[in-house]
Amino acid sequence: MTLSVRIIPCLDVTDGRVVKGVNFTNLVDAGDPVEMAQLYGAEGADELTFLDISASSSGRETTLDIVRRTAEQVFIPLTVGGGIRSVLDVNRLLRAGADKISINTSAIARPELIAEIADRFGSQVLVLSVDARRARTDSGFEVTTHGGREGSNLDALMWVEKACALGVGEILLNSMDADGTRAGYDIGMIRAVRSVSKVPLIASGGAGSLADFAAALDAGADALLAASVFHFGVHRIKDVKSYLGSHNYPVRAIATL
Amino acid sequence: MIAILDYGSGNLRSAERAFATSGLDVVVTSDARIAVEADGLVVPGVGAFAACMQGLNAIDGANIIKKRLERERPTFGICIGMQILFALGEEHSLGKPHSGVGIWPGSISELAAPILPHMGWNSVEAPYESVLFAGVESESFYFVHSYAAKTAFGKLQTWTTYGERFLSAVEDGYVVATQFHPEKSGDAGLKLIKNWTQSL
Repeated sequence: MTLSVRIIPCLDVTDGRVVKGVNFTNLVDAGDPVEMAQLYGAEGADELTFLDISASSSGRETTLDIVRRTAEQVFIPLTVGGGIRSVLDVNRLLRAGADKISINTSAIARPELIAEIADRFGSQVLVLSVDARRARTDSGFEVTTHGGREGSNLDALMWVEKACALGVGEILLNSMDADGTRAGYDIGMIRAVRSVSKVPLIASGGAGSLADFAAALDAGADALLAASVFHFGVHRIKDVKSYLGSHNYPVRAIATL
Repeated sequence: MIAILDYGSGNLRSAERAFATSGLDVVVTSDARIAVEADGLVVPGVGAFAACMQGLNAIDGANIIKKRLERERPTFGICIGMQILFALGEEHSLGKPHSGVGIWPGSISELAAPILPHMGWNSVEAPYESVLFAGVESESFYFVHSYAAKTAFGKLQTWTTYGERFLSAVEDGYVVATQFHPEKSGDAGLKLIKNWTQSL
């Protein structure tokens, strides 16, 4: 009996559509997030993440509707991130059916937001998304904002320690250097963040080969997030799971009922 | 009819939809009369122990649960909704445990594990006679919590290990509860929910 490692596909959503390259053949409409969520759920995804990259408030309203429809049909945990700035935003998403929310830029701008959310809804709903890159800070890792476009001069390890003290329940560590390269997760970064945090750690950015997933677990990740390798069908979720299972990592089998 | 007790705690939509897959009518309510009369009552819950008790007390929830027990009507606690059925909760209590509804003995205390919360899919050791786990005893279920009950009592206990052994489910006559979220545990969770609704 062991806690299984989690495989989490991430869908970037804007104005009600999935973007960032999706290449499915067995879907009626490859851009519909609810349909994709259902498909990934059926394939054995252990959680789902929606990243709302809408620029407008009408886009955000549409995302709420997508969260609502997904929660009605897909009975696995759903995390929603992007554009969350207040306890009110969190409440709206949770009431729509999200189980967890992730924050990034808004927490850097105002760290008290972490404690406000944790006090109201509990740490377990709060994922800190850390977009980090290698840079000349104390630890060698810097936090970036606005989707990796802007540096912050904030040391990534110091930020993680501070955020944990304020009450985040989980860390989503995105390597901006590795993101989209399919050259493997940033193992050194995962190890470094693992060494300073006692909450679950999700590795993100760089997944390419099946061995990459195992390497991130060896470095201390509890869960593995990926986008393009799943959307483009490079790997199916069940392939990742059967590879990890055959290498003695604990994975959840899809229920056969 | 199944009532989902609304006492201000987070995400009720997925519980509502998951219990509706059983084919029964489901209402989300904080009305004491409806909650007492329903064929089955679900007590969900996310957040901290004391905050949940506060929300529960605001709608006289402890009495709703106790009245149902007296009248032999089934109740199902989920996650914090399980924890608050116990006598005491140590979460954020600074050495002075918070009072729970108290239909079960013992205290809810922090798990001894290096990484908390216990978050993700874990397996269970269910007793042979379990009604809830019939057909899903070998499946995994979704957990999110840092505190748990660890003391054995009564007869039908299901255990899970994360750092240490804790009660992942209790079946005690008309009151059952799971520490995990069946409404977030995929097909296995829906089957467990159906096992309960069919027993009503």
